[in-house]
Amino acid sequence: MPGEEAEVVRLEDVKRHYTVGDETVKALDGVSFTIRRGSYWAIMGPSGSGKSTLLNILGCLDRPTHGHYWLNGADVASMDDNQLSDHRLKNLGFVFQSFHLIPQLTVLENIEMPMFYLGVPPAERRRRANELADRVGMAHRLQHLPAELSGGQRQRVAVARALANDPAVLLADEPTGNLDSATSVQIMGLFQELYEQGKTVIVVTHEPDIDAYAHSHIVVKDGRIVRCDE
Amino acid sequence: MTLDLTYYWPFIKLGATDVWRHKTRSFLTMLGMVFGVGSVIAMLAVGEGASHQALESIKRLGSQNIMVSSVKPAGSVSAGSAQSTQLDVYGLLDEDDVRIRETVPGVADTVPARMVRRAARYNDRALDLRVVETVPAWFEVVKRPVLAGRVLTREDCEARANVCVLTEFGVRNLLAGKKVVGQHIRLGSATFEVVGIVKNETGGNVRAPDSDADVYISMDAGRRIFGIASIRWVSGTRQGEKLELSEIIVRMKSTDVVEPGAKAIEAMLRRFHKKPDFKIDVPLSLLREAEKTKRTYNIVLGAIAGISLLVGGIGIMNIMLASVTERTKEIGIRRAVGARKSRIVVQFLINTCVLSISGGAVGVVVGVAIPFAITFFSGMPTLIRLYSMVLAFGISVGTGVVFGLYPALRAASLDPIEALRHE
Repeated sequence: MPGEEAEVVRLEDVKRHYTVGDETVKALDGVSFTIRRGSYWAIMGPSGSGKSTLLNILGCLDRPTHGHYWLNGADVASMDDNQLSDHRLKNLGFVFQSFHLIPQLTVLENIEMPMFYLGVPPAERRRRANELADRVGMAHRLQHLPAELSGGQRQRVAVARALANDPAVLLADEPTGNLDSATSVQIMGLFQELYEQGKTVIVVTHEPDIDAYAHSHIVVKDGRIVRCDE
Repeated sequence: MTLDLTYYWPFIKLGATDVWRHKTRSFLTMLGMVFGVGSVIAMLAVGEGASHQALESIKRLGSQNIMVSSVKPAGSVSAGSAQSTQLDVYGLLDEDDVRIRETVPGVADTVPARMVRRAARYNDRALDLRVVETVPAWFEVVKRPVLAGRVLTREDCEARANVCVLTEFGVRNLLAGKKVVGQHIRLGSATFEVVGIVKNETGGNVRAPDSDADVYISMDAGRRIFGIASIRWVSGTRQGEKLELSEIIVRMKSTDVVEPGAKAIEAMLRRFHKKPDFKIDVPLSLLREAEKTKRTYNIVLGAIAGISLLVGGIGIMNIMLASVTERTKEIGIRRAVGARKSRIVVQFLINTCVLSISGGAVGVVVGVAIPFAITFFSGMPTLIRLYSMVLAFGISVGTGVVFGLYPALRAASLDPIEALRHE
């Protein structure tokens, strides 16, 4: 295994090419970087830069067509669908722009979901979900449905869900894109807290305000990294 | 995947809430299942009810027996003067009985009987009864419970004694409440002592050898007193019949030789009877026939039921496909969080099964209620067998799985990235 224990993410010459008709679209064209455990990164880039493709690969939703991606020590490029699913389940916590909570499930059930798929026993699940809800300040809304919550509250629930299986990396895709600025500040404060508690946080954004919270920055353009500073 | 209920329970709950959330849609979808399952049970109940009755009455005739009976041939030859008395001579003879007993292989016993309707009298009461002149073996072949006294014996026959055995029906209508055994009744011109009472069972639509209105006397006594000719007045002319035996019940040694035995009897009787004045009924063949009919009936019913369940299943599949489209985003979320494809398949299969099983359960209730209603309103016999309920319910579950599989696989094969983007 290349890299040290301190590295949680390592990309080596990652390429993602699509074939559209006769043409090859190079969404990512040779991206390499490493992320140390417990750091706070922002990935910036204009739309069409390959930012989303990079996010999908980092999130184990997609595999590189070339190169290697080690997440928490395992090479994602060679995994099959089941292994990818398991990897997402254990090592990744997603926070999405539009929250992506399951509307039929209560706050508690939404937070419990990743633990359910991991096979955590029901009582333990409930206990940890309560704990997580408390951690994001949502302990008073456990039995509510997502539709009954404000945007900021929904995003807090989403963060709690992302933390459920204690993932190696917290991956946030435009986490404040659907929130007003006051709420955005609160949510970014939550990420800051998590970072301070030792979580590895990667935020994908195109807003310089959000970028400013991170300590390390990557700028992607035309499928390549144009700036990378720690 | 585990067999742990705690694993499936959240999905069952989710499936149930989903069904509940779309009440109208679920109800309409379930209707297909309800009617499918209901009709399977109801149709089988009607079929079973009808065939059960037929089979029971055939079984009562005895599957080891062959019934040979006299039939008045159409356009029979008149033996007397056309003006006054018509005397028809036809039917089975004592010799036929002897010949069957002695020449047909596999015969255990034969029971000859002559049946004539006569008026029975007790004091001033009168009742039209069927006098069965027969031998003691009758009571061994036609097994009926003896309620009081005894049945006919060999001694009665040898003595040509004027004794008779009545049926419960005869006793109730003729002797009404009197101490029966030892009483004397009149049959035609002679007096008979009642020595016993048997219980008779008249069965359904299949001809049984005995009837309610029977009175049994020995053949020897019958011959001595009544002879073999009977005269009736029909619209001003005397009509006479000369008939030695009305019926011969042939009991075979085993069911295996029943059918060849029946063939042999027929061949032999054909040789001695120029007119077709006899007929042969084989209860075993009737039984086989009835069972074959029942099987055919069940296949037809099964096909109809299968089609209705198929239609119900397609309805469910249709709704589940709609549901998959509707829940694309949810699938994307679950996949992104880390659910394997198989988990998505299980989730949707359970959802389908919740629909089909609840439909099936309601269907069982409907299917049980319908036969009761049929029996209540039309008096037609119905019989709900456990197997039909299990079968119908099992099919509903199976339909759920089969027709849920495609939507579930489709849900699982969605690309999580695409699914998340779906609005």
